[in-house]
Amino acid sequence: MTEIVEIRDLAVTFATDHGPVRAVDGVSLAVQPGEVLAVVGESGSGKTVTAKSILGLLPETATVRGAVIVRGRDDAAAGGGSSAGGGPADGADVVTMSASRLRKLRGRDAAMVFQEPSTSLNPVFTVGWQIAEGLRAHGKMSKQEAREKAIDIMRRVGIPDPETRVDHYPHQFSGGQKQRIVIAQALALDPGVIVADEPTTALDVTVQAEILDLLRRCRDEFGAAIVLITHNMGVVADLADRVAVMYQGKLVEQAPVRELFANPQEPYTQQLLAAVPRIGEGLARAEERASRRPAGWEDQAPVVEARDLRIVYPGRFRQPDFVAVDGVSFAIRPGEVLGLVGESGSGKTTIGRAMAGLTRVSGGSFDVLGVEMAGARERDIRPIRPRIGFVFQDPATSFNPLLTIAQCVAEPLVVNGRFGSAEGARARVDELLEAVQLPASYGDRYPHELSGGQRQRASLARALALDPELLIADEPTSALDVSVQARVLDLFDELHRELGFAALFISHDLAVVDMLADRIAVLHRGRLVEEGTGASVLGAPSDPYTQRLLASLPVPDPVEQAARRAEWEALRG
Amino acid sequence: MTTPAPASSRRPLWARVPVISHLRQSIGLQRGMLIVGLVLTGLFLLTALLAPALAPYGFAQLRGPDGAFGATQPPSAEHLLGTTQGGYDVLSRLIWGSRTALLVIVVAVVASILIGVALGLISGYFGGWLDRVLVVIADAIYAFPSLLLAIVLAIVISGGQSSMWGGILAAALSITVIFIPQYLRVTRAEVIRIKSEAFVESARVVGASHARIMIRHVLRNSTRTLPLILTLNASEAILTLAGLGFLGFGIEPTAAAEWGYDLNKAVADVSSGVWWTAVFPGTAIVLVVLGLTLVGESLNDLSDPRLRKRAVGAEPVEDLLDPAHATQEASA
Repeated sequence: MTEIVEIRDLAVTFATDHGPVRAVDGVSLAVQPGEVLAVVGESGSGKTVTAKSILGLLPETATVRGAVIVRGRDDAAAGGGSSAGGGPADGADVVTMSASRLRKLRGRDAAMVFQEPSTSLNPVFTVGWQIAEGLRAHGKMSKQEAREKAIDIMRRVGIPDPETRVDHYPHQFSGGQKQRIVIAQALALDPGVIVADEPTTALDVTVQAEILDLLRRCRDEFGAAIVLITHNMGVVADLADRVAVMYQGKLVEQAPVRELFANPQEPYTQQLLAAVPRIGEGLARAEERASRRPAGWEDQAPVVEARDLRIVYPGRFRQPDFVAVDGVSFAIRPGEVLGLVGESGSGKTTIGRAMAGLTRVSGGSFDVLGVEMAGARERDIRPIRPRIGFVFQDPATSFNPLLTIAQCVAEPLVVNGRFGSAEGARARVDELLEAVQLPASYGDRYPHELSGGQRQRASLARALALDPELLIADEPTSALDVSVQARVLDLFDELHRELGFAALFISHDLAVVDMLADRIAVLHRGRLVEEGTGASVLGAPSDPYTQRLLASLPVPDPVEQAARRAEWEALRG
Repeated sequence: MTTPAPASSRRPLWARVPVISHLRQSIGLQRGMLIVGLVLTGLFLLTALLAPALAPYGFAQLRGPDGAFGATQPPSAEHLLGTTQGGYDVLSRLIWGSRTALLVIVVAVVASILIGVALGLISGYFGGWLDRVLVVIADAIYAFPSLLLAIVLAIVISGGQSSMWGGILAAALSITVIFIPQYLRVTRAEVIRIKSEAFVESARVVGASHARIMIRHVLRNSTRTLPLILTLNASEAILTLAGLGFLGFGIEPTAAAEWGYDLNKAVADVSSGVWWTAVFPGTAIVLVVLGLTLVGESLNDLSDPRLRKRAVGAEPVEDLLDPAHATQEASA
């Protein structure tokens, strides 16, 4: 058996407005038939570019050097026999391949699964047609045969009732099912290698577990090798056989998965693994916080209190209304961090927005800093605005691109009349930037000149500018790399210790919430299914949904994850 | 911590001005088109500004020191481009005509930008019934043939009189009315997009007033595409002005020189072999419109990173991603 994919000294350079930029620099990798190779690294490490070069999918602006040899499945098995497509015996170099040969190779020898299933399927064709398209492009196959093959492959990737579902359109499937269909498309021609670019990043944790299971079956039942690109170390621990770590376009370390997790060699790998949040770490922190609280803290009047909170988005064109939040009750006491966890569509962001007066409350009562938000008008909310800080999810869009960081951070100070102008507030802004560990000189930069983590720290500075009693953080770290996320979370913890604000911390990641929150509330489809301290919710969950959520979360440790997977499979039945 | 963006990404102010920054980014054919457009537009602007110095005679001058010019004289040393049926010097009227054209463009574009952007901002930001009414009116104006609308407005504004400013304002304002919906639509679409961006919500959360959000956060971010429409509209303004003049709703020859009017008067000459009265004003219109359109189209292509061409194949001079990394390597 020889390698199914062999990358030799690959270097990719992109032409940009600021001159050529080297994205991948001297990477050599090999993929054995039937193995899962995980390529991990932070954004900008070149992992996606490396993987896309296997299918020759790089844009026109890229210049490629080196060689990417892709062997058909038969070649690799025969140790270099003749290929069915008439290619040379020792595989073919994708870098120098002609466009028509490249088209023949794609799908047959190597296929791709993209990150976002809802955009990688064409909405105006049925899924059956889209699976068949790949089949018909590669071989003489009648419509009927292609359709039968599509039904067969859909059944094998676990789509129930494929005979009817084959004629459905992508929007009639859920996110997880769409990703199954994308995988079915990739499997249709039985390729030797599947390149999966962050295949579960856009999916919820419970769905992610199912897709990971399917990818494992791609390897076990279909015998395909998988090149898995991901930044999630839990996914790596769950699925990968071998791991390649990339950093700034270079290959840092390559090792079998258990060896890498147990005994990382390179400092960068060690740092990367240390930054991954793990459930249970927050317990000590929460206990320590609790011990520092003065007596009688429990009896203080809550800063925020929701009773039977209901938020409804009106339906359009005689569609029924959408109930985003349904009868949720919770309270946040002064200085307490409430972690709000849930999957997409659970209503967690809606609650955060309603707390800041950005979304209208439809029913129940929602008392925020003494103002009843149900039925409140902009005029009633404005007085409490200075007492609320808000950190947005995406640091890239939450700053006005035409203002400097100092001007952005000064905005709340100027708007609320503490200072006459952004220049006048500069001393306070420098103080704030220092508090979030940014050099004061960064105030003169524009948002696009900062990295994601730096921007999110500036965002924290802006939210804290008015010394708020309540901070709402809506997925503040989900757009960040793991190591950056760890630093932002530490900073959050430190600032909370110093300033003692109450906070609502919204996240889909249980491990992240566990690190910061005193109490955790779990939302599922607009309902609060479980609430309690981190120890009780994560340690001994009573609600079946919480149990499932916890069980499907992959742990960044291959040995432990293997045991958990067995548990999860038992739970699923 | 990832390394900050290199300081060189802060270019000096002059290099960030729209057209200049586009020129610096451009390459190959795109650059050629932009340069041709800029040269033609520059010539037009210079001619307009220096008309009194460049033109050998006045635009309404019929006689020189040696007596009357005479009608339809062919090009000669005294009259480089000949004279018209009415006995005017073609070259002088050509040069003075650029002035009229420029004035009409400036007045029309400035007025329609001010009104269109303001309406688009309010319409997009507040939405609701006001938005619906404004959009319906804009659509209704779109449905009119623009020249017909311009004629009606020219009659209403100037009442058939045609002094220089009366004629210019009539032409400019009628063009303004046609252009306002364009600016309204473009600004409104951008405002609606920007309105849902997180930074606008973050301004709302800190308690900023609507006026402050609109002007400081939304307006400045939604004017990106305006330079492009501006150049394209400028060329359309010239065509409308020339059309009005050609149809006889322009400016009297004694009030100002206008290319469309001259073309109208030249129609009869063509059949009698007098070519110079029609060819030169016609060429002037074509070149100015071509210049402005080339600038506009090039800006359009260059503003879109997907259409912009870049130099391919070069190797990086240094590791732009991480200068610290590069120095490490050098020392190793």
